[in-house]
Amino acid sequence: MAARKSAQKSNVSAEELTTYYREMLLIRRFEEKAGQLYGMGLIGGFCHLYIGQEAVVVGLEAAAEDGDKRVTSYRDHGHMLACGMDPDGVMAELTGREGGYSKGKGGSMHMFSKEKHFYGGHGIVGAQVPLGAGLAFSDKYKGNDRVTFTYFGDGAANQGQVYETYNMAQLWDLPVVFVIENNQYAMGTSVQRSTKSPALWKRGEAYGIAGEEVDGMNVLAVKEAGERAVAHCRAGKGPYILEVKTYRYRGHSMSDPAKYRTREEVQKMREERDPIEQVREMLLTGKHATEEDLKAIDKEIKDIVNKSADFAKESPEPALEELWTDIYADDIPQKSA
Amino acid sequence: MATEILMPALSPTMEEGTLAKWLVKEGDTVNSGDILAEIETDKATMEFEAVDEGIVGKILIDEGSEGVKVNTPIAILVEEGESVEDAVASAPAAGGEAPAAEAPAEPAPTVAAAAAPAAPEVDDSPDYPEGTEVVSQTVREALRDAMAEEMRGSEDVFVMGEEVAEYEGAYKITQGLLDEFGAKRVIDTPITEHGFAGIATGAAFGGLRPIVEFMTFNFAMQAIDQIINSAAKTLYMSGGQMGAPMVFRGPNGAAARVGAQHSQDYAAWYMQIPGLKVAMPYSAADAKGLLKSAIRDPNPVIFLENEILYGKSFDVPKLDDYTVPFGKAKIWRKGDDVTIVSFGIGMTYALQAADKLAEDGINAEVIDLRTLRPMDLPTVIKSVMKTNRLVTVEEGWPQGSVGSYIASEVMQQAFDYLDAPVVTCTGKDVPMPYAANLEKHALITTDEVIEAVKQVTYR
Repeated sequence: MAARKSAQKSNVSAEELTTYYREMLLIRRFEEKAGQLYGMGLIGGFCHLYIGQEAVVVGLEAAAEDGDKRVTSYRDHGHMLACGMDPDGVMAELTGREGGYSKGKGGSMHMFSKEKHFYGGHGIVGAQVPLGAGLAFSDKYKGNDRVTFTYFGDGAANQGQVYETYNMAQLWDLPVVFVIENNQYAMGTSVQRSTKSPALWKRGEAYGIAGEEVDGMNVLAVKEAGERAVAHCRAGKGPYILEVKTYRYRGHSMSDPAKYRTREEVQKMREERDPIEQVREMLLTGKHATEEDLKAIDKEIKDIVNKSADFAKESPEPALEELWTDIYADDIPQKSA
Repeated sequence: MATEILMPALSPTMEEGTLAKWLVKEGDTVNSGDILAEIETDKATMEFEAVDEGIVGKILIDEGSEGVKVNTPIAILVEEGESVEDAVASAPAAGGEAPAAEAPAEPAPTVAAAAAPAAPEVDDSPDYPEGTEVVSQTVREALRDAMAEEMRGSEDVFVMGEEVAEYEGAYKITQGLLDEFGAKRVIDTPITEHGFAGIATGAAFGGLRPIVEFMTFNFAMQAIDQIINSAAKTLYMSGGQMGAPMVFRGPNGAAARVGAQHSQDYAAWYMQIPGLKVAMPYSAADAKGLLKSAIRDPNPVIFLENEILYGKSFDVPKLDDYTVPFGKAKIWRKGDDVTIVSFGIGMTYALQAADKLAEDGINAEVIDLRTLRPMDLPTVIKSVMKTNRLVTVEEGWPQGSVGSYIASEVMQQAFDYLDAPVVTCTGKDVPMPYAANLEKHALITTDEVIEAVKQVTYR
């Protein structure tokens, strides 16, 4: 299957466009706030921001249905917000507080929501790929037609377990959409410096898996590709690969001096390809919204994000007893407990 | 309203840094994402971006300043029309958003009382009622029956691994399962341990009850990241929302003449991991009862079998649903002179040694731990309080062995009861050699156990 051109003139309602605008803006403002809280020392450890990549998860969530599952790596804040998890709970997990999704025990990289079918948040590069295929395995075993979105980056795309998973996913026709979020840099190593086969989606061909490349800065293109992938999986045809070309504006993590790319490269992407600006343009030029309407949305989002930051600061640290809970699903005595 | 720009923490360990260079000056308008300054951290020089938009009202810290503490206000951003003076007055006090106070220090650990502890409470009830009919079965048959019974009991249980279906198991443990349960539930995988361990863990997150067979645990090293980082830790990392109820099973330890890469005992490795349970049965009855418990367990269980034991026969109770609980050791032989603790194939040497020692008038109490996590230390401690001497027996390597852990616990909990240092019998500290004579020397032997007992009993 060849790469398709992004759909500039798709049928999309003003309401949908506004929803995408709102959802992408929520992620961006949330991440900016997270960066700020990190700078203040309220968020610790590693913190990987999603700024620039918003169209990927918002577009794919638009193609998902109730009961579909998703799993990703440690750059996971955007995925959680896009699947409807509460910004308060996500931010409070970032600050390591009792009100966080994992009661403060997981942190930025390890968060989950059974209710929203979000299966993490995994800190080992590539390990979420077989896990995602396993979730799809459970749905196929149960005989429903749910689909699992398994996200990983261009860096993880070189891990061996990805290809072990491709092989079995196709062998067993598992309903899994492999989403390669190619933001062009695995930490500081560009795709060009890590492989001589940079068309990552084509690697699925060796296993007979269909796939395509997608413009990941265009939310409508992502949604359309997502719909093709999901239809393929739901029809029982096995896995599908989407290589979504995207870009992260910020460093790999908060402590990344970003010496592997130029300031101009980042600036050019922000100015010419920004996913939120593209939708903003569409809304304004199509007269679907006025500047005032968009300002109102901006304010609404700012309020949600500020509220989440307040919640994350005010929520207490977990009780010390929490150190000893959730190790086993039943009661077994722990040393020193 | 004015906003204070604070010195940011730009790495997990940064406490202060150098404000190397300002890239904006007072009066400049900035948008979110604009570079405000260059800051040198302990690791690198980083660009510091604006989060909020506004006008740079005042720069508070000059460029070139060293040792600027994180969270120190370095500039003030004002809105259009707002004067710097008003802004400075209205800006929140420095440190107003400092991180929450650290948790109160934990109370200092209380020093263990010098007085000798009371004997611990121990569950020494029999595994099945006296008079229960028993049948002789091999460990192999017992393991197969355990899986078949649990698969009949729940549709969610399935078995996956290399050669488990059509070949009926490399060691014939899954014999007959494909016939009874079909290819949906008895699944041959490609040779891809890392991948299928991860897929099975994902299936467990999704609500199924996978049994993963590793052809041997040596090959599970390819999969150990999924076992530990994904299966064992997810319940904790998710705050109790989801975990991996599943069994990883297969032969562990030395077989015969298969060399270094196929002859390793992983008991001590897996025993160390919070979140995993670990069983290592010796007899067929325990293999059956523990495997049934493992399949029902809501946690990931490592189930360590042994190729040499597969063909050995034992009495197995003829009961419809025979299970053995985790964390309950079994006393195979009562004695007063010395306690020998072992598990898995180590029990072979422990029991043989006890028989020979009895001929010399030394009565050993032989304890089979059966599960290593949870571990029934109370039964060991209680026995040591009676015999005052302890020998541990295992096939694994000496450094960081199961025996070292037991010795340390006994030393801490029953020091005053010991009449001799604990001796830990282990395999030799070498990779397994191939040559028949060398292999024999690398493994633990019955004679070594006898010698250890004589050492602790001063005979």
